[in-house]
Amino acid sequence: MSANTTKPAPGRTGPVPGAPLLEVDDLFVEFRTRDGVAKVLNGVSYRVEAGETLAVLGESGSGKSVTAQTIMGILDMPPGVITGGEIRFHGENLLRASTNRRREVRGSGIAMIFQDALSALNPVFTVGFQIEEQLRVRRGMSRKDARKRAIELLDLVKIPNPKGRVRQYPHEFSGGMRQRAMIAMSLALDPEMLIADEPTTALDVTVQAQIMDLLKEIQVERHMGLILITHDLGVVAEVADRIAVMYAGRIVEQSDAISLYRRPGHPYTQALLDSLPRLDLKGTELNTIKGLPPSLINIPSGCPFHPRCPRVQDVCKTEVPAQHRPAPGRLSACHFAEELLSGE
Amino acid sequence: MTDPSTAATGAAVTSTAGEFVTGAEHIETKAGKPRSLASDAWYDLRRRPLFIVSAALILLVLLMAAWPSLFTSVDPTYADLGRSRDAPSAEAWFGYDNQGADIFARVIYGARASIIVGVVSTILTVLIGGALGLLAGFYGGWIDGLMSRIADVFFGLPFVLGAIIILSSFRAAGSTSATEIMFLVILSISVLSWPVCMRIMRSAAITAKQQDYVKAARALGASSTRIILRHMLPNALAPVMVYATIALGAFIGIEATLSFLGIGLRAPVVSWGVMIADSRDVIRVAPHTLLFPAAFLTATVLAFVMLGDAVREALDPKMR
Amino acid sequence: MSDNIIEVRDLVKHFPVRVGVLFKRTVGHVRAVDGVSFDLKRGETLGVVGESGCGKSTLAQVLMRLEPATGGSVKFEGQEILGLKGSALRKLRRDIQIVLQDPYTSLNPRMTVGDIVGEPFEIHPEVAPKGDRRKKVQDLLDVVGLNPEHINRYPHQFSGGQRQRIGIARALALRPKVIVCDEPVSALDVSIQAQVMNLLGDLQNEFGLSYIFIAHDLSVVRHLSDRVAVMYLGKVVEIGDETALYEHPTHPYTQALLSAVPVPDPELRGQRQIIRLEGDVPSPVDPPSGCRFRTRCWKAQEVCAQEEPELMTRVGAHPSACHFAEEKSVVP
Repeated sequence: MSANTTKPAPGRTGPVPGAPLLEVDDLFVEFRTRDGVAKVLNGVSYRVEAGETLAVLGESGSGKSVTAQTIMGILDMPPGVITGGEIRFHGENLLRASTNRRREVRGSGIAMIFQDALSALNPVFTVGFQIEEQLRVRRGMSRKDARKRAIELLDLVKIPNPKGRVRQYPHEFSGGMRQRAMIAMSLALDPEMLIADEPTTALDVTVQAQIMDLLKEIQVERHMGLILITHDLGVVAEVADRIAVMYAGRIVEQSDAISLYRRPGHPYTQALLDSLPRLDLKGTELNTIKGLPPSLINIPSGCPFHPRCPRVQDVCKTEVPAQHRPAPGRLSACHFAEELLSGE
Repeated sequence: MTDPSTAATGAAVTSTAGEFVTGAEHIETKAGKPRSLASDAWYDLRRRPLFIVSAALILLVLLMAAWPSLFTSVDPTYADLGRSRDAPSAEAWFGYDNQGADIFARVIYGARASIIVGVVSTILTVLIGGALGLLAGFYGGWIDGLMSRIADVFFGLPFVLGAIIILSSFRAAGSTSATEIMFLVILSISVLSWPVCMRIMRSAAITAKQQDYVKAARALGASSTRIILRHMLPNALAPVMVYATIALGAFIGIEATLSFLGIGLRAPVVSWGVMIADSRDVIRVAPHTLLFPAAFLTATVLAFVMLGDAVREALDPKMR
Repeated sequence: MSDNIIEVRDLVKHFPVRVGVLFKRTVGHVRAVDGVSFDLKRGETLGVVGESGCGKSTLAQVLMRLEPATGGSVKFEGQEILGLKGSALRKLRRDIQIVLQDPYTSLNPRMTVGDIVGEPFEIHPEVAPKGDRRKKVQDLLDVVGLNPEHINRYPHQFSGGQRQRIGIARALALRPKVIVCDEPVSALDVSIQAQVMNLLGDLQNEFGLSYIFIAHDLSVVRHLSDRVAVMYLGKVVEIGDETALYEHPTHPYTQALLSAVPVPDPELRGQRQIIRLEGDVPSPVDPPSGCRFRTRCWKAQEVCAQEEPELMTRVGAHPSACHFAEEKSVVP
């Protein structure tokens, strides 16, 4: 991948001027479980620039959340083991940074919001206190200033009556408001990069639209990098600049959003789009992807998608496809990527 | 420092770990044939050193209880005052007690009384507490309220005080029948311990009752008996099993305590508790009279507690 | 016999809100379902959509007689079922079955697949003689697309989609006439979701089933339903043909709901008209007076606070509960 061009000299630490905001480079992660070694990430690479939204699309078990947790340094180890690769934030390899440095990056460099805001917020503290605590500990603010800033943040995420809300506990917030509060909290230390892990999956559609609007607005305003992790092809189409599709711990396709939806460059992406019931079309039979996602303990040989692929050939069963470049700015891990795009 | 950006990940991360092994194939690759949760737990247990050590210890004690003559040919009740308090020697590994009886033989034979008291009280406790907890959990409402309050009353009684009351008021004056005393000790342990088991079963039953499979069974028209026995009981059993293993150890300790206090078993019954009680007057001059029965008692109790821990880990659905 | 297999009239389900430790006082009611009426025709699929807290799942529970109704009437083939007891209720169970949402909690982890799918026959032994059961269970597994040889496996050995198929096989065992599907695909991945939806469609054709299909995903509902009811705070606000409702919605809530669904086509970005609703759904303990949607509605006027709009046909061809109902196409 193009990421190689910015690899810092070995041994060098600290930010590199001019490096991309975030680069994940050939990341490998395993989960060593009772049942065997699950190869959860198998060489994941992507990069995100400031002001850009990258959507990481995948089904459960594809490794999309594990990548995010590895970036944040919150992967459960054990069972997780990082077996290779680099994560560079401004060119600095976070995987080799000290614990203190990582903690420093977390929150003020890269922040994360989660699907389940109710369990992400601590139920025994007020929402205000949880925002203020970071400001006091990390920024050394006084109680009064922190309270003032917390109210500003709640106002920023459009929570009505922030002065009153700041004193309330998470359970007093509705689902949508909790998600807003979590966004406010993630913004407290002015991160340059936000990772949103299924931020709207637990929400109703009308609230989901509000939250996506808010996220997009904040991202543009602050020129943040945004990684949106989701399984929802609809949400992705609404907000993503670029899309990375993951399958069995690999990125199988990377492309700008419009080209990807217009003509997918990987059979898996194609199949996903075909299997989606559409609001605007009433079909009789949905195209399905046959079979099941592979067990990561026993990933199929060759292309991991080959047992389910409608275009499978002999070569797919033996050779792991390299990242093809079927068109400028597009990557596809399919032996027949070029044919797919040229419509053969 | 609590880092709020990571505060939530505990739940998120553990839930993802499971995702990766949901593929159906991996199970076939390992065993080739379907396994139940119980056999999964067994498969897991066999690989735990904690389990192997504790199970071996317990097996040994059980053998001692069942066939003491396998371990010693000395009569535990034969006493020769001439050898009173003799220290351990090649002839009598653990020495002689105050009466001049062989301590090794007595420790071996003492296992039986201790194990019987432990096992029978555990069975009774689990049966009473489990049944009441299951009913309270299933029916809820006033039945649950009533049962829980009764349990609270028993729970509020200090254990030793309760046992003293039961043992001293029910024991026929002057009776020395070993079975009767043993029965009373078992009875007082069970009567005072069932509330704990009931609470555990009750909360497990309530959890099981709220599961969707119970809803599906009700939608099929299943009777209450079927729902309790087929759906709730098997799913609520695990925590009770864990409690039972740990309680068994604790009850053996309680038997010793009651004997030591002079209200439990007493001579001529041989039990570890009785031996510890007998040694109390001579501890300073002959510490080995206390040391050996106490060591066996502690090791046995510890073995059961360790077994309980191992079983809990093996049955914990979050681990798989 | 009437064309309608199920007729629901003014169905009400209120849950009391109790406070107090020893002596419980009822301080209010959660009006989960508050006067719902609809018909289910033989062989059709009625979709029920709504956001969380709209009462759609409670509706399923009440129809299944898992929760007692507070009021109203539900007739199955002309017979009132809300008062049924004992053997009559057991007999009804053979005709109406349910498929639940969560494939992980809806199967008893301590039972084999054979026991799970065979349990309906144990409860209703008159349906299948003992000797036939194993064969019947294997047939059912085959029907839902599972390997009949897996009869001795346990649920944890299956993936989410396969487990949902087991749940469907269990519901099918007694050959019911109606199946209530309570969010049957919302816990599944996209690629698996399509498989299960196709299966539900095929089974309907094969066995002449009628479905009440409850879901929050409007695309999924449209795909499977012949008619659709939209619920908001315990009431049906609009009901009609799938085409009519999706292409010519007349209730503002339906319009907002439809417009908020993300369309998987980035080229439509910014071109679609999206109606953004303010705030969250109010509490069902104390719903707004008059029209329940008025607090979030851009059309709300004084009359909305005073008069509850009836569910009736005002414009177009299908009923809608809005004083100011008008057609507006929001789906691209």
